[in-house]
Amino acid sequence: MTETLITLWSGLPLFLQLGLKIGAIILPLLGMVAYYTLAERKVIAYMHVRVGPNRVGPKGLLQPIADAVKLMFKEMIIPTNADRYLFLIAPVLALAPALGAWAVVPFTDTLVLANIDASLLYVLALTSMGVYGVVIAGWASNSKYAFLGAMRSAAQIVAYEIAMGFALVGVLMAAGSLNLREIVVAQSGGIHEWFFLPLFPLFLVYLISGVAETNRSPFDVAEGESEIVAGFHVDYSGMGFAVFFLAEYANMILISALTVIMFLGGWHAPFEIAPFTWIPGIFWFFGKLAAVAFLFLWFRATFPRYRYDQIMRLGWKVFIPVTLAWITVIGVAKFFTPIGHWFG
Amino acid sequence: MAFLQIVFYVFSTVLVVSSTLVVTVRNPVRAALFLVLAFFSAACLWLTLEAEFLAITLVLVYVGAVMVLFLFVIMMLDIDIAQMRAGFANYLPLGLIVAIIMAGELALVMLSGEFGDVELPRPSGHGADYSNTAALGKLVYTDYVYTFELAAVILLVAIIAAISLTLRRRPETRYQAPEEQVKVRKEDRIRIVKLPPRPERRS
Repeated sequence: MTETLITLWSGLPLFLQLGLKIGAIILPLLGMVAYYTLAERKVIAYMHVRVGPNRVGPKGLLQPIADAVKLMFKEMIIPTNADRYLFLIAPVLALAPALGAWAVVPFTDTLVLANIDASLLYVLALTSMGVYGVVIAGWASNSKYAFLGAMRSAAQIVAYEIAMGFALVGVLMAAGSLNLREIVVAQSGGIHEWFFLPLFPLFLVYLISGVAETNRSPFDVAEGESEIVAGFHVDYSGMGFAVFFLAEYANMILISALTVIMFLGGWHAPFEIAPFTWIPGIFWFFGKLAAVAFLFLWFRATFPRYRYDQIMRLGWKVFIPVTLAWITVIGVAKFFTPIGHWFG
Repeated sequence: MAFLQIVFYVFSTVLVVSSTLVVTVRNPVRAALFLVLAFFSAACLWLTLEAEFLAITLVLVYVGAVMVLFLFVIMMLDIDIAQMRAGFANYLPLGLIVAIIMAGELALVMLSGEFGDVELPRPSGHGADYSNTAALGKLVYTDYVYTFELAAVILLVAIIAAISLTLRRRPETRYQAPEEQVKVRKEDRIRIVKLPPRPERRS
């Protein structure tokens, strides 16, 4: 049976094989995004002592599908003075990097679409392009609120990207590789080998920068409802809005996956002994991913929004010095202390 | 190899067209966005030459950071296209002279014989386990370590110079001092006054 399948598979033309593989990643991802929105509404509802959506389908489980259908059939309004082409291309530019980065994410030891050598850099480069969607949307809408949102978002993302990049420099020093798969392999051996312990400050910086980078609460000044209505996507309706929504949630899932890969040991079980190793790696990967993704929702329900100058201060004056200092610590510890092997 | 050639022609066409549009399109924001597209296509071309580190760094640095800051500034311009067209006739002679000089200089360089029809061999393909990044790192940190450190120091000096040139102290601006804000305790701000209860007079 398996052999027939393998011969069938290798008989397919290359582009069809690749297309099927991409589909096998993107479609479940979009499903995850849909149910992540439901999870967010439910989790926040319970944290607020409410019930949350429970009308569509059993226990509200069909709510995301109802939302998607509603958004698809809504009219998409293009403002008269908007830059038409840029207005339409902005949501696509927001979504494409969030999906493209999944090409190098290793789900298990062998399950990765493209095991390229510089995958860490690839991920950094693609996530840094997500800001164009927001900036172009804000400018093309030709609206003050949208423009303010875009400006805020651009300044914030540039600030936090540096801290994020430095945090990843620490990871690559510890792992000795830019390959995401090898970064996970370097963390094998149990929970004490995962990088979040030796690189704890970098772990925190990365996680918080990830929240800032995805424009999530408490860093959601780009769409701060109480100040600038809805920020950069205030003029979007229907599918345009839906695509921005998709991009935001796909980015959150991506940041969660990257946190798991860089700091929480990827597909490894926390203890390399019997009952834990029975569970396949992919379940560990997605379990950890869900835990980190839950943090995003928890943050949103817990923290009030940051003031803008405090966001900038945190990014430039706290995170960047912390990461720089810890990079030095890693370098010194790796070569001059007896616990050097712990640092990679 | 045919597939690689198609890829090359697609990306180089996009690169040439978008670079042309950078200088011809009227709207500066669109021009900046075409520059982004040009950078991106150039990065894709480098990828086909197995220079993945340079390609990704081009996207990371220029597309991801530099052009975002460019856009940040350009978007705040109040663009009046009619005003921009107004001086066209005045600038035309000067512009033509500069263009002719540049074209002449380029022609001199190209005809000097250094750029003859010497066809460089295609870089030999490396195995899948060959790490471009590691090879580059080894070279930069061993053979060229002094030049590398020198470049780093020059960049540091440039950063300090840029900051000190643009740093203006404006005494009338009020700042918040977060370190003092977080040190504040309740006792510093609140005074609890006990007032004796005063019964209301019944009417």
